Amino acid sequence: MKEQRQHHPPSWAQRFVEWYCKPGLAEDLIGDLNEYFERNVESIGPARAKLIYMIDAFKFFRSYTVRKPTFVNFFINWIMIGSYIKISARNLMRNKLFSSINIVGLAISMSIGLLLIAFVLDLHSYDRFHKNGERIYRITNVLTFNDEQSKYASTSIKAGKLIREKMTGIEEVTIVRDFSQDAKVGDKILPIEGYWAEPSLLRIFTFPMLEGNPETVLKDPYSIVLTEAAAKKLFGNESALGKAVQFDTLTYQVTGVMKDVPFFSHINFEALVSLSTAEQLNRNDKNFETWTSMGSNYVYLLLPPVANMASIQSQLDALAKEENRFDESTKIQLELLPLYKIVVGENLGDMRGSVQVHMPPVVLWILGGLALVVILSACFNYTNLSIARAMRRFKEVGVRKAIGAGKSQIRQQFLAEAILISLAALILSYFIFLVLRPQLINLAPEMQRTVKLELTPSMVLAFIVFSVTVGVIAGFMPALFFSKVSAINALRNVSSVKVFKHTTLRRALVLIQYTFTLIFITTTAIGYVQYKNILAFDLGFNTENILNIHMQGNKPEVLLKELSEIPEVTELSRSLIITSVGNAWGGFMKYKDSGDSALVLTNHVDENYLSVHEYKLIAGGNFKARPTTAKGVREVIVNEQVLKQFNIGNGDPGKAIGEEITFSSFAINGRKMTIVGVMKDFHYGKVDNLVGPVAFMYWTPENRGIINAKIRSTDMPATMAKIESVWKKIDRVHPFQAKFYDQEIEDAYSEMSSMIKIIGFLSFLTISIASMGLFAMVVFTTETRLKEIGIRKVMGASTGNLIFLLSRGFLWLLSISALIALPVTYFFFKKIVLTNFPYHTPVQITELFAGLLAVLLISFIMIGWQTMKAARSNPAKVLKSQ
Amino acid sequence: MKGTNLGEFEELVLLTVAALMEEAYSVAVCDELSNHTGRSVKLGVVHAVLNRLEEKGLVKSQLGEATKTRGGKRKRFYQLTIPGKAALVNAKSMRDQLWDRIPSLAWKNV
Repeated sequence: MKEQRQHHPPSWAQRFVEWYCKPGLAEDLIGDLNEYFERNVESIGPARAKLIYMIDAFKFFRSYTVRKPTFVNFFINWIMIGSYIKISARNLMRNKLFSSINIVGLAISMSIGLLLIAFVLDLHSYDRFHKNGERIYRITNVLTFNDEQSKYASTSIKAGKLIREKMTGIEEVTIVRDFSQDAKVGDKILPIEGYWAEPSLLRIFTFPMLEGNPETVLKDPYSIVLTEAAAKKLFGNESALGKAVQFDTLTYQVTGVMKDVPFFSHINFEALVSLSTAEQLNRNDKNFETWTSMGSNYVYLLLPPVANMASIQSQLDALAKEENRFDESTKIQLELLPLYKIVVGENLGDMRGSVQVHMPPVVLWILGGLALVVILSACFNYTNLSIARAMRRFKEVGVRKAIGAGKSQIRQQFLAEAILISLAALILSYFIFLVLRPQLINLAPEMQRTVKLELTPSMVLAFIVFSVTVGVIAGFMPALFFSKVSAINALRNVSSVKVFKHTTLRRALVLIQYTFTLIFITTTAIGYVQYKNILAFDLGFNTENILNIHMQGNKPEVLLKELSEIPEVTELSRSLIITSVGNAWGGFMKYKDSGDSALVLTNHVDENYLSVHEYKLIAGGNFKARPTTAKGVREVIVNEQVLKQFNIGNGDPGKAIGEEITFSSFAINGRKMTIVGVMKDFHYGKVDNLVGPVAFMYWTPENRGIINAKIRSTDMPATMAKIESVWKKIDRVHPFQAKFYDQEIEDAYSEMSSMIKIIGFLSFLTISIASMGLFAMVVFTTETRLKEIGIRKVMGASTGNLIFLLSRGFLWLLSISALIALPVTYFFFKKIVLTNFPYHTPVQITELFAGLLAVLLISFIMIGWQTMKAARSNPAKVLKSQ
Repeated sequence: MKGTNLGEFEELVLLTVAALMEEAYSVAVCDELSNHTGRSVKLGVVHAVLNRLEEKGLVKSQLGEATKTRGGKRKRFYQLTIPGKAALVNAKSMRDQLWDRIPSLAWKNV
């Protein structure tokens, strides 16, 4: 007997039987199973007995043992849901403050969620219109140069051709190359952006043709396919088919017109020009089809429905291995990237440096995390307020239980209430979403090109699912809490229910809320101060009042002459690039006996550049020679870092003048040059880079580049109009492109400023949501303690005493959250964020405490206002009425 | 009418219930059947048959006293009803009549 007791039938099997079995039958059935089991344990051992038990548990699953179909229950539940909704709605109407705080709070925070969902769904809808989308891949180049690995979206034309010739198991290959030229039709000149492309492009991708045969339109040299919009721009309402378009001196024939490319396409073009043309034009360029010239070309593959990926990758590896033999310093590997991973995926470089639509998942995760914090904050409010109001609802729950409601029904009631609130909040948050949408889209120009955030059916569905989820999260704790209430206790004596046990939970929630709020707000403060510091950073030269005019391929002489006649333009210079905004140009320098050459960043500037930008020369002078071709450039002006790096002049800049260095870049092949000047170090890169060696060379007409105009004007718009009209004289095709240097710098940090804007906005939201929650809590506590306050007052407590008494608890919470939040933010910035900026200013106490002060002030006002009201109440009235 | 005909196994179960008198519950029926027929009888099948017999009104059931051995679960005891008894008698007499109709000579041809 004792031995038998030690073995128990498998409990899950028993529960399974209990679950499916009719209640009337379950008991004896399980009894039978148990008896059988015990006997089996004795006769055939516990293991097999258990097995038989399980089998029998399933065998008893027969039509007569199974409960009546549960749809009856479902049906009853549906009826109950109606009743839940009715009761919830009544409850919401009765507690207007509570409901409105919850609905508004949830709506505000949910609108952030909606934006994020819309954003993510938009990103994931990229390229989905291609019929064969799942089988399309792009070739990624993994370039290893001097042990440094980087990935590029672009590939060489040669790689594409080799894949087509040598590889098996691939359905189609297409090579695409960036195209950007000015089209000329009659007198009309319009810049056209597009691709050099092969006929196979139209077999792989679904870009429908309107006119022309997709098989042949891109076949012959000098054929061009226009999109509807481009055709309209060039030819107006006439049919474009068969007409001629001029690029440069060459004439192309329009062989087809196609539908405009959908917005959500990572490949975007106004025109496709046959790649065979590019091949003809570059016949004499030996770099056109080499393995390592991978700029501006992309290769796409269409794989068969059942593809052997391993075989394709190994063929790619073999191909790369074969080609890499010829170059020792550079190794290129080929990889496949699925079409759908192009937009939301790894950050790939692009030789052209183009701004293709792209969003690394990590950014989405960060944004999602921030949105989650805001949403949770609103959910906490809901949980908090629901439980705080517990006293008033215990009776209701007690009555429900007494008349037979089960735990699950109480749970459902409270969940239904929360979901109802969150659905109400969804409606409101959609309106907020509509208001916020343009703000988000206009945050950055890239954003406008990336997302539309327009409502689609799947988006509506996602919104609703999201809202219900938020409701469940918000209502989870209250539902659990109320379902545990015992009916007897609740009805006998409301105060006996231990609601105060849960104040710890409530405190914890408030604490978390305030900690996040403080982290957000101090982050914004610190970020903003750092951002302002960066903009005001002394780069080592002057950027004020300098207008940089991009020549866009035009020769600068005419414009220079015209500009010099404008009185407001005081000084003019020319340069190849604008430094300190993230642009870079460079080559390798070598000095005398030093064996290694080292990278030196360069800019090509004319003789006025240094004075326009007020560079400080510490030795030597300006360029002496004024060569007219790049080949004649023999002089450089270097900064102190160059002297230090190559140990020129032994620490004396004066001695460095006249020294010879050897410089090589892709344009200059190991040329001897003389140092004619040494300037003070300045920030060539962005502020997150260290100061490095820089050399300035003389600007020659091949460089085109940029005109830097110093402007002194009292009426800036008029001056700008003047300059623009001058531009129109020399170039009617391209819109005037000019920005003040300070603006260029600001734009260079636009990512940072939009991040600050987003976090600032989120911190504003969390602070308002947390404040609303705190406000409701204060109202609630003072209300429940009104009697106590009255008695205390009668006993002689002063208003000050009472305010202290009532606000003490909240102040404690705020102090603790400040103690958590401030060090967290401080170390986050000190150890993680600011280490990326060598030239940051240290985090100031004022920034940290400014945020704390703001939060404290707001909470003080709320607590003070309500407690004052309570403390001032007439005790006679309060005590009499109760 | 559903209740009049007894299947072979139904008849056996019904007979066993009758034979076990006060002790007829599913496990006992199962044991008894196994012992006397020599075939392995599954509990589930017996239970299903007992249930069907009850539906046909040939047996009635009630829960017994709680016992410790079955994990505190009560047994469901089955009892023959009057229609059940009639059905058994009916089945037996039908068979007897058929037996009587076999002339002894007929056996020789088998």
